[in-house]
Order: sequence, then C-alpha cells, then structure tokens
Amino acid sequence: MEGLLDLLGLAKSAELLSLSPPGWGMNLLRGLGKSLQIAFGAFGFGLVIGLFGAYGKLYGGPVIRDLLAIYTTVVRAVPELVLILILYFVGTDLINRASEALGYGRVEISGVAAGIWVLGVVQGAYSTEVLRGAILAVPQGQIEAARAFGMPPVMLMRRVTIPAMLSFALPGLANLWLIATKDTALLAVVGFSELTLETRQAASSTRAYFTFFLAAGALYLMVTLMSSALFQLLERRSRRGQPSLKGAGR
Amino acid sequence: MTATQELTPDAGAASDLAGTLLIEDLHKSFGDLEVLKGVSLTANRGDVIAIIGGSGSGKSTMLRCINFLETPSSGRIVIGGEEIRMRADGTAADRKQLERVRTRLAMVFQSFNLWTHRTLLENVIEVPVHVLKVPRAQAIEKARALLARVGLAEKEDTYPLFLSGGQQQRAAIARALAVDPAVMLFDEPTSALDPELVGEVLGVMRDLAAEGRTMLVVTHEMNFAREVADHVVYLYQGRIEEQGPPDQIFGNPQSERLKQFLKSIN
Repeated sequence: MEGLLDLLGLAKSAELLSLSPPGWGMNLLRGLGKSLQIAFGAFGFGLVIGLFGAYGKLYGGPVIRDLLAIYTTVVRAVPELVLILILYFVGTDLINRASEALGYGRVEISGVAAGIWVLGVVQGAYSTEVLRGAILAVPQGQIEAARAFGMPPVMLMRRVTIPAMLSFALPGLANLWLIATKDTALLAVVGFSELTLETRQAASSTRAYFTFFLAAGALYLMVTLMSSALFQLLERRSRRGQPSLKGAGR
Repeated sequence: MTATQELTPDAGAASDLAGTLLIEDLHKSFGDLEVLKGVSLTANRGDVIAIIGGSGSGKSTMLRCINFLETPSSGRIVIGGEEIRMRADGTAADRKQLERVRTRLAMVFQSFNLWTHRTLLENVIEVPVHVLKVPRAQAIEKARALLARVGLAEKEDTYPLFLSGGQQQRAAIARALAVDPAVMLFDEPTSALDPELVGEVLGVMRDLAAEGRTMLVVTHEMNFAREVADHVVYLYQGRIEEQGPPDQIFGNPQSERLKQFLKSIN
C-alpha cells in the first residue's frame, strides 16, 4: 500500500489527509458532519414550510395566497448567497435586539441553528412549489372518494393526499435535497465551519489546494451517490401501486 | 358469486327511517347555469331507484349533491330521518354532521376512484379502520368476506391499477359495502368499462338489490334499470320529466321527451 502510494507520488497527499494530526482528514470529516446536519435540518424545515405553503396556496384564502406568492417569488428571485447574508445578519440582529430589549444582553447564536433557519427558508420556497405540483397531480377522484366516505380533512391529507402525491413529489424533492447539501457551502461566507470552509483552512495552511479541494469534491460526490440510491428506493416504494412505465410510449 | 357472509343493510340502526332518503326541491347552479331546477325524490328502505337521462340532464349532479360532493344551491336532503343542516348558501353548516352522514352513504364512482397506493384489502378496510374505528382484525375479516363476495378473494394484495376496470369497480363496491351503508349511490358505475366487463359489475349490483339495499343508480344501462329498479326517474334539463315503475317508463312512456330519449338510445 505504502509502496503503491509512493509509486504514484501520493504519499504526501495521504499524509495530509490522514485522520490523525498532523493530517487534516478529521477536520474535513467534522466539516462534512456539520454540512450534513444543516442540510438535513434545512431540508426538513423546508418540507414543513413547503407542506403548509402548498396547502395554503391551493386552499387558502386570498390573503394567505398573496403572502405565499410574495414569499415564493422573492426567495426564488434573489440569489441564494445574497439571501443567506440578508437572512443571517437580519436574523441574528433581530434576535440580539429583542434579547437586549428584554435585558438579557447579546446572545450567542449557534451556527447550526442559524444555518438551518437560513437555508430552510430558501428550501421552503422551492418545496412549496414542488409539493403544490405534486398535490395537483393526485387524481381528484381519489380525494373525492375519501371525502365521500366521510374522512375528515386532516386524516384525508395524512392517509390519502400525502401518500398519493409522494411519487410525484420525490424526483423534485431529491433535487432539493442535493441542492441543500451543496448550499451549505454558501454558509462559509458567514464563517460557519462546514466542509468548504474547513477545506479552505486546511488548504491554505498546507498550501495543498489541489489535494484538499479534490478530497472535498469526493466527499460531496459520495453524499450525492448515497442520496440518489436512497431516493431511488423511496421512489420505487412510493410507486408500488403504479404499473411500470417501461416499454410504454415506444 | 356466493355470499360467504350475510350482511344486512344498515345493521344496528333500529329506526324505521334507516335506509330512507328524501330530497326536496333541490336546486344547483354553476354560476349562471342552473343544472338542477327543483328536484324532489323519496326512497324508502330497500328501494332501487334508477336515474336516467341524457348527458347534461343533471343526473350525476343530483347524485353528487346528496353527499355534498357538490354543494346544493338550495333544498333539503334528509337521510335516515336526519336532515343535513345547511347554511343559506347551501354549504353544510356542521362539518361533523356531514362527515357522519357521509359514512352512511357509500358512493361508487364512474372511474372507480380506488386509492392506488393501497392494495385492494387496504382499500376496503381504510374507512372502517380509520374513520369508523372498527378494530383492525375485525375489519380485515369482513373485508376478506366482501372481496370474496365480489369474486376478488385472490386479489386482496394486488394494487388497483394492476386490475381490469371491471375488477376495480367490483373492489370499489366491496369498499362501499364495508361501511354497512344505509344508502348506496352509484354514479354511472359501468360507463367507463369495456362492454364485456359491464356484466360482471351489474351482476354484483343485481345481488345487492335483491338483498334489499337502498340504492340510487345513475345509469345508461336500460336493461338493468328495467329489470332491477323498483322505480325509474327520467331527468330532463334539471327537472324530473317523468317517473314511475319500470314497466310504465319503458313500456308506456307518456312524455314526448322520454319517448324521444328511449328511441335515441335503442
């Protein structure tokens, strides 16, 4: 093994990436952990916003519909980096002011919580549209049948609409999840030590830019590959009631 | 199709009014278009009423107003002696009451409307278990008997879209029977079926009629209406143009429009 790495001229890289100091491997993995934590939280938070948003847009009154239209339009129109800076600084500033007004003094806001809130708001706007489209794709008759049998609205949503729309929503949601994992890199600008910032620190300390950014790229790729496999499983399960499209349309 | 379990309609309801239905002066407009212009109809327990009429006559709308899938514009709807409370604009005033009444009015749709993410067995137990809170084991036992009754015992683990239209419609009838409905509403149950599959569904409905269930059937199957219904209602442009026993409606129609209609479909 050692000999092989020497032969390829990678011994130095392997040393830099080793998990124990002076190697920086552990820092990268810690950064990856934080990135995933935020991506997961933001994706989940976004789903909750999206579900309420989709229902609000479809069934809400005119005021709710207008407010949601403003939310999805603005969030999707402004570049994410700008939005992150705005939400991060506005959010932390507002909390600090509120806390000072109440006489508690400045509070330390956890980077993870701030990251989840900021990216969650962004994800929520996209989720709203993905879920709205999926709900619209559910055959109306299935919802009507549930109503005709006396199912109350919340049960109808839980037992019929959500499971029935899942197969339509999953491709879009898989996209959103992958975007969430990579958007965490944008949090580097507010000094949050996720994978990209950790990588940059390691690279600039050792001057081995190529090694570290290639390693970070490989980590992001691994996350993507594993997520894709998981989403494929979920999608197959959500389509269990639908005959395969293979061979159709030929 | 043998009955493996005798199911009495509306079991447990002691009232004489169980299984009765009263519609009084029902109006329904979509915007400026008045689709129902005052329809009244009474069904006694065990009546099989066939509703016939041309397209646009309002027959499906009438059926859908009974369980408020369409909101009536005005009128009264009384099921088993219980009137569905309405606001002035025709919407149901009491959602809980409407939901309770709906569980006693099982509907069978033209396009089956089975829940495609659930197997046949799951479709049949869904409402009993989750809405009516019947213990799951009991609901499953009954669902199996019902599926066997409509000839689908082997298919309980199959998803609806893997079955033929006739099989799906029979499963939908089993789903409707699972709630022990007081009144069954059939909205053109055979119109989406290939001709060779119509017979199997009508066969099941014939059995239900014979066991004394109250049924309202919107249909284009004149032979079915003639042979099975106790009472036939002919709707024309949102009004009941003529009604009576099938022999009279088909054998000796009075109104010109009904004569025309019967001629046009033969």
